[in-house]
Amino acid sequence: MKRRILIALGVVLVLAIAAALLAWPRAEYIPSRSPQAWAPEAGNIARGAYLARAGDCAACHTVRGGAAYAGGRAVDTPFGRVMAPNITPDRETGIGAWSADDFWNALHNGIAPGGRLLYPAFPYPNYTKVTRDDADALFAYLRSLPPQRNARQPHALRAPYGSQAALAAWRLLYFKPGVFTPEPARGADWNRGAYLVDGLGHCSACHSPRNGLGASGEGLHGGLIPVLGWYAPSLASNDPHLAQLLRSGVSPRGAVFGPMAEVVGQSLQHLSDGDIGAMSVYLTSLPADGAERAPAEPPPEALMRLGGRLYGQHCADCHGKDGRGAAGEDGGPAWPALAGNRTLHLANPVNAIRIVLNGGFAPSTAGNPRPYGMPPYSPVLNDAEVAAVVSYARASWGNAARMVTPAEVNGYRAVPLD
Amino acid sequence: MRGFIRPFLLACALAGPAAAQAQAQAQQQAQQQRVSGTLAQRLAACASCHGSATAPPAAVGSGSERQYYPRIAGKPAGYLYNQLSNFREGRRQYPLMTWMVQHLSDDYLREIADYFSAQHLPAPVLDRASLPAAELERGRLLVIRGDTALKVPACIACHGERLTGALPAIPGLVGLPRDYINAQFGAWRNGSRHALAPDCMGSIASRLSLADVSAISAWLASEPLPADPSPAPSLSRPLPLACGSAPEPKP
Repeated sequence: MKRRILIALGVVLVLAIAAALLAWPRAEYIPSRSPQAWAPEAGNIARGAYLARAGDCAACHTVRGGAAYAGGRAVDTPFGRVMAPNITPDRETGIGAWSADDFWNALHNGIAPGGRLLYPAFPYPNYTKVTRDDADALFAYLRSLPPQRNARQPHALRAPYGSQAALAAWRLLYFKPGVFTPEPARGADWNRGAYLVDGLGHCSACHSPRNGLGASGEGLHGGLIPVLGWYAPSLASNDPHLAQLLRSGVSPRGAVFGPMAEVVGQSLQHLSDGDIGAMSVYLTSLPADGAERAPAEPPPEALMRLGGRLYGQHCADCHGKDGRGAAGEDGGPAWPALAGNRTLHLANPVNAIRIVLNGGFAPSTAGNPRPYGMPPYSPVLNDAEVAAVVSYARASWGNAARMVTPAEVNGYRAVPLD
Repeated sequence: MRGFIRPFLLACALAGPAAAQAQAQAQQQAQQQRVSGTLAQRLAACASCHGSATAPPAAVGSGSERQYYPRIAGKPAGYLYNQLSNFREGRRQYPLMTWMVQHLSDDYLREIADYFSAQHLPAPVLDRASLPAAELERGRLLVIRGDTALKVPACIACHGERLTGALPAIPGLVGLPRDYINAQFGAWRNGSRHALAPDCMGSIASRLSLADVSAISAWLASEPLPADPSPAPSLSRPLPLACGSAPEPKP
């Protein structure tokens, strides 16, 4: 009897090991086309610089006011703080001693020279889709930067998340290396868009829900960005002005704000019309999800009265008594309409609350060099007042989203802005 | 038949709201008010704290009388631009200001600086009767004469005889709330406010005691704006110490 149990346990163990070995995220090696692919010549460097914009590498690897790509920015995650490293070609503190294969191994397999597994705060589950040729151009560009001496700061991750064993287990569950495979039936634009959105653009890092272990889900159906405290909405789009929004930061439907203002300011505004168009083709092809638009119970009358009074006092001058917003003399977007505004429709009210609390400007772009700004109301309105005015805007002019409570507002007062 | 109707109804249900919404949106755009896009309209966000021709600078907190936000109207454009870019690049730390300007271009920041440098607003003045005479006198001496023992030059040596600043980039010191002045000395002392190197005000702040800071802020915040509040047209060179924000002209 005892022997049978032992045999059974043995079989289970062998099967488990076999399964783990089969699922193991093996490093995948694809050789360079030729050493010419990462040679330090103008064509490679310019293409690499463009791709670095598309991947918004600077968002993490450049600290505010610091030297480009010299690292040092802290990325706060629910598991602790990850420090972005220096990726300039300094031999000791940067990637100056790396080969093109080393760079590929980091980007595609999430493995640093010496075999150290990298934390997926570096979005290699997306970057693994990047082709070897593009990786080589990126490498050529980074090697062309002036080397900066800036030693990597240690991460501050809570146990057990900081261990290599935990990372190995995470990779077993959630990571499989593999370059983007085009779907010929979808056409060139769709495939280029999918390659940029799902690969370098790493849009799913924010626009997909993350599970308890920080892995992004499939699809781009929206998710709460942990720690930063913004909701990245679904990217499934039926917006005819999507390309304009991505390129300039504003469209007749509204303006980008919060972390997306940074994405447009640092990354998307620098991409070509062709690439922005391709991304729009891909995003408008995603299956729509109706979950965001279920009409909710209207807020109580007293709350609507208070909200309406505050709206008249603080908001109506720009957004209009009827929530229609305003356009510039050329018909271009000025003050966004709130009637039918998608941000106000979202079931999760965090973005509307934070826009009222923090205000802000859309980014300066070629298409919108002098953006309009929204005043911050955190110094002026208390939690109950913010809740009332947001509830009012979410339930007026055809909007029908649920009311917001003062407690929800209060939770977002303390989120660090910088 | 049922096999056909259900997907058809579903398709209508899905397409209905989207089509209605698109139509509503087109209608709405047609009826939108038009704005001419002046800087006053674009920069309503700045005026909400710093004040405008129609509304004084905001008090801190709802129902409070206490002033903190500095008056930016009429300060030299070079100074305002330097501060906007200091916030954007992290040399000055006030998270809400960094938040506001972090994605704005140099060109736009210069335009914003020019715009506010040409504004004229009344300034808050603290009632001198409520302040200790000895403290006011110490403050006045530091502002007008400085303290050679402490190696602290007089404020007027750089900020102008009338304390209204000097073109192109030295700010005026009158018309500011006392809390704001105190907070700036605190920020220089603890390293959260920097200017382009060499950071002259950082050095001066480190040589002053807290009592002296308090004396300076008491006197400055209670000194009314002069009849002509515009900055001096130029600096009297050489400056008592080197300043990265007002570098000596190259020979």
